[in-house]
Amino acid sequence: MIKAILIFNNHGKPRLSKFYEHYNEDTEQQIIRETFHLVSKRDENVCNFLEGGMLIGGSDYRLIYRHYATLYFVFCVDSSESELGILDLIQVFVETLDKCFENVCELDLIFHVDKVHNILAEMVMGGMVLETNMNEIITQVDSQNKMEKSETFIFQSTRQDR
Amino acid sequence: MALKIVKGSIDRMFDKNLQDLVRGIRNHKEDEAKYISTCIDEIKQELKQDNIAVKANAVCKLTYLQMLGYDVSWAAFNIVEVMSSSKFTYKRIGYLAASQCFHESTDVIMLTTNQIRKDLSSPNQYDTGVALTGLSCFVTPDLARDLANDIMTLMSHTKPYIRKKAVLIMYKVFLKYPESLRPAFPRLKEKLEDPDPGVQSAAVNVICELARRNPKNYLSLAPLFFKLMTSSTNNWVLIKIIKLFGALTPLEPRLGKKLIEPLTNLIHRWEEIPSLKVCHMLISLSSGMPNHSASIQVSLRGPLPINSMFVVLVKYLGLLAMSKILKTHPKSVQSHKDLILQCLDDKDESIRLRALDLLYGMVSKKNLMEIVKKLMLHVDKAEGTTYRDELLTKIIDICSQSNYQYITNFEWYISILVELTRLEGTRHGHLIASQMLDVAIRVKAIRVFAVAQMATLLDNAHLMTGNVQRKGICEVLYAAAWICGEFSEHLENPTQTLEAMLRPKVATLPGHIQAVYVQNAAKLFATVLKSQEGNTDSTAAQETSQLMIERLPLFVQSANLEVQERASCILQLVKYIQKLQQKDVEVAEEVIALFDGELNPVAPKAQKKVPVPEGLDLDAWINEPPSESESEDDQPKAIFAKEETKHSRTRHTEVDEKELAKVSWAEHATQIVYLYSGVYQEAPGVEHIPVVQIDLSVPLKVPGLPMSDQYVKLEEERRQKERVEKKKKDKKKRKEKGGGRRKKRDSGPESEEDITPAHMVDIVTEEMPEVQQICANRTKDKKSSKHKKKKQKKEKEDKEKKKKKKHHHHHHHSDGGGEESVQNGTMEEEEPLPVTSFSLSSSSKENDIQGNLQDGSQVVVSVIFENKCDSFLKSMEFNVLDSLNSKLQRPEGSGPHDGLTVPFQLPPGVSNEARFVFTVQSIVMPQKLKGTLTFIVKDSSTHEKLDFKLHFTCSSYLITTPCYSDAFAKLLESGDLKCSSVRLEGVSQPFHHLLARICFHHHFSVVERVDSCASMYSRSIQGHHVCLLVKTSGQTVSIDAKCDEPTLLGNVLDEIKQTFSQC
Repeated sequence: MIKAILIFNNHGKPRLSKFYEHYNEDTEQQIIRETFHLVSKRDENVCNFLEGGMLIGGSDYRLIYRHYATLYFVFCVDSSESELGILDLIQVFVETLDKCFENVCELDLIFHVDKVHNILAEMVMGGMVLETNMNEIITQVDSQNKMEKSETFIFQSTRQDR
Repeated sequence: MALKIVKGSIDRMFDKNLQDLVRGIRNHKEDEAKYISTCIDEIKQELKQDNIAVKANAVCKLTYLQMLGYDVSWAAFNIVEVMSSSKFTYKRIGYLAASQCFHESTDVIMLTTNQIRKDLSSPNQYDTGVALTGLSCFVTPDLARDLANDIMTLMSHTKPYIRKKAVLIMYKVFLKYPESLRPAFPRLKEKLEDPDPGVQSAAVNVICELARRNPKNYLSLAPLFFKLMTSSTNNWVLIKIIKLFGALTPLEPRLGKKLIEPLTNLIHRWEEIPSLKVCHMLISLSSGMPNHSASIQVSLRGPLPINSMFVVLVKYLGLLAMSKILKTHPKSVQSHKDLILQCLDDKDESIRLRALDLLYGMVSKKNLMEIVKKLMLHVDKAEGTTYRDELLTKIIDICSQSNYQYITNFEWYISILVELTRLEGTRHGHLIASQMLDVAIRVKAIRVFAVAQMATLLDNAHLMTGNVQRKGICEVLYAAAWICGEFSEHLENPTQTLEAMLRPKVATLPGHIQAVYVQNAAKLFATVLKSQEGNTDSTAAQETSQLMIERLPLFVQSANLEVQERASCILQLVKYIQKLQQKDVEVAEEVIALFDGELNPVAPKAQKKVPVPEGLDLDAWINEPPSESESEDDQPKAIFAKEETKHSRTRHTEVDEKELAKVSWAEHATQIVYLYSGVYQEAPGVEHIPVVQIDLSVPLKVPGLPMSDQYVKLEEERRQKERVEKKKKDKKKRKEKGGGRRKKRDSGPESEEDITPAHMVDIVTEEMPEVQQICANRTKDKKSSKHKKKKQKKEKEDKEKKKKKKHHHHHHHSDGGGEESVQNGTMEEEEPLPVTSFSLSSSSKENDIQGNLQDGSQVVVSVIFENKCDSFLKSMEFNVLDSLNSKLQRPEGSGPHDGLTVPFQLPPGVSNEARFVFTVQSIVMPQKLKGTLTFIVKDSSTHEKLDFKLHFTCSSYLITTPCYSDAFAKLLESGDLKCSSVRLEGVSQPFHHLLARICFHHHFSVVERVDSCASMYSRSIQGHHVCLLVKTSGQTVSIDAKCDEPTLLGNVLDEIKQTFSQC
């Protein structure tokens, strides 16, 4: 099971947080801070797994992360997930974002966090991996967006282009 | 209609959307919180509008704010509204918001059941999909029960997109509503062979999660998975299946053999993908299939992929795999010792931690010293306390595992422990301390050495207490003091140690350590006396007594009860001894008798062997069990009847006693580990304890702090010697036998069993002497302390009276000022300035403190700071000494003694208010917190300090809560309230003034008033009900009160009494 998926930048600012178990807002912020603290002090060329988050999980839990330019993608998972599998999944996630946003950068995540959530929802559901095939994910996301567009009025679509 | 929609859309153009919000936040970096709070106000306005588009936009923004840490649960209902929109766009926004902030205790969730059901059966697959995704995040047991059937139908939906989501969510449904597993399982199994790979993968996923919880039930699926493994091409599915087999093979060993072939096939198939996956395969396998450990060795050392990142990944995973193998086949891992020790040097902390885990299983008698030496090197080099602490615990774990079986020389171990105390800022002082105690008690031969070391530690105690950061390590002094006291007969120079233990610096140590210091100083004193009385000159002995009498008062003044009690008891004792000494009476023998008897290690289960005294039935009720109906039947009709008071009170204590008796017996059974056997040494069975004294080939006296390294060398030498001796013996034997067969042992390196330990540990697991009247010896000194206790009590009472007087004064003051505005909270305690004690006589300030109450454990205290002097005050810091019960809430990351900065400065004559949050655990007793306010006076730029006290009265925990008379009556009839009453004489106020006072100062509300009689009600922040019945006749006021917490009630009544005694 995946317990949480966090994206934050090099300064620890959260860009996306998805918890598959309930915490109150303060604890969530604490977890983000703690995770950032753990992950950010690690060198670039060390391994992508680490243990030791106190707030989330405990000994059974691992943080699996990847660092892309200005962003950290962190998955907190228990021992039923394969480390390399999750690492692969992060890669799929980032590539999907890249396809959907066309050359994704931090700004896309800042302004369109709702879209990122929608993409993530096609990959992971309730803490379990739903789909790992990138093409399938993109197909579903696209057709949902198409549906959304057909529903919106002219007024709003002009706005969205702005 | 159309017009309305168009109008709505035009309106929307002027609203902020998510992007605008984000942009706005980014433009207001300085006052982000303020900007967001205005945004939230706007959002609240938007949520009030009818247009669903506006609402959806608002909810979308809220979802973003939630991520930033703002509580948005207040909008839960609006989220449900947006969820139920017919448009997919808004529905999706609604479900996303719900999945982010709904949880089991969100009450509007129960409104969603029908909406979700409708969405699940929607013709649009994405409506269904979005509902499933949302539900997976906030499913509750109720929702699971109500929707399980709908989801089960979806599992055979025509669209694979829906099928896979439905299959996956079933796991969540099983978790919340386990009854659904049985009917759903056949269909789930069917989905393993679904034509769509996505659905298949989802089914595998769910079954793997289920099997992890209970593998046994899924063994029957093994053939099916076997087939999947050979046919599936999806790597994700394969990895999951292999993990599943990892869990299954321990249950069914035959499975392992069957798996080898398909696995090797897989490995070949994956050869083109760098050995990553291969390695991973092995890792998942390893738990079940030991044969493959050899291949892991290959992947750790063998040709590794070009990319350096892969190297670290493989290294980590390889170590992870090894730790799994270690559990089943320790031998195969032990051969990689060097490799693993190398990993300790790795710069990656994750890898180092993994390697450390492995070391635990690899030590033997032969290599323990070497490994620990390596670890000690790492301890010195390590940066960051977490890793160092981890190292420290590992060293201790490794050494102490299975009753110190790998330690051959305990002097070495003690030296290691002493070396560890020199670590900066470790949290594990208590761990080291407990090891020291354990070793000193159980290894008798080591005591002389240990005592010498501990004496040095005590002598150098300033090294440990000097730095605030080293707080954790001072725990070690606890052990040091105890060992020196208990085994004081081994001390080289007891007088010096005694002096070290009574240094004034000791008063800065934590209370429990001081207590041990005091107690053991007394033991030492006894030993010193004994040695000195032997001499002809009696002055030395008297000087020692004098030393005790001079130094002990320091501890008598301690704030810690334990220290105070022990110190005053011992001080009195020493005074008595001195009296006797002056009469030239020999007292040493008698003093020593106080601490006579020796500690014997006793197995944890030893208590079982103590026979239960005849006639004691542990299961029998001490008193008759209370009958449940009793109270209801007999309850008098009159609400505040006196008889009832008695009745309920006694009942209460009875239950307590019973519980107490039970608890204490249970504790006895589990907790006693060490018992004093004392004079009962000769009791049969004591000899069973294996205590083997071995003469030491190592010189015992080591000057200064020991270095553990030398032991490694010495140990080598010792073994060498033993080996030579053995050889000699063997030779002799051989000669006798006439040159018999050669033994392997001679040529090869010595085997494990040949290494004889230098010291033996008392290993007591089950057997233990029949000890019955064990503790008799120790009771003596307790008796003498009784006297002292009484005296102390008196002193305490006196003190309390003084405090009350003081308190009285404050109250009066604040009443006169009439400054405090009380909302739902209470005013409390203010301290008038001790202006005289100030260096600046012109500056004067006033704090006015009001409690403001929130939820069950938090109290907000607002303090008004008023600058009455002519100078500018700045850098104010507010600090309170926390008590066990109440703590000042400090920002994250600050220590428990740090002050809080007051967020403003004060020009002359200005006052301002600051709020501080306290957490309070128990609210039944009033309490005072001492605090200080430090500040800088601008002109003189000196630091000034102002002491104050915060008084949390019980009344301040009460909240004015209105109560209707029928509810009030019901409450009183419920019968679970305890009763108490108070009489006030000489109250001349009119009755309505009196009521107003109680309402104002103690937060009651009047429920009903009839003539000169009124009933009042209030509630505490933790939900205790407090009911009052106030009657007046002439100048006498009688208050009968009821509350479910008698202590609280008593205190509130006391406070009411006080209020009226002031006027």
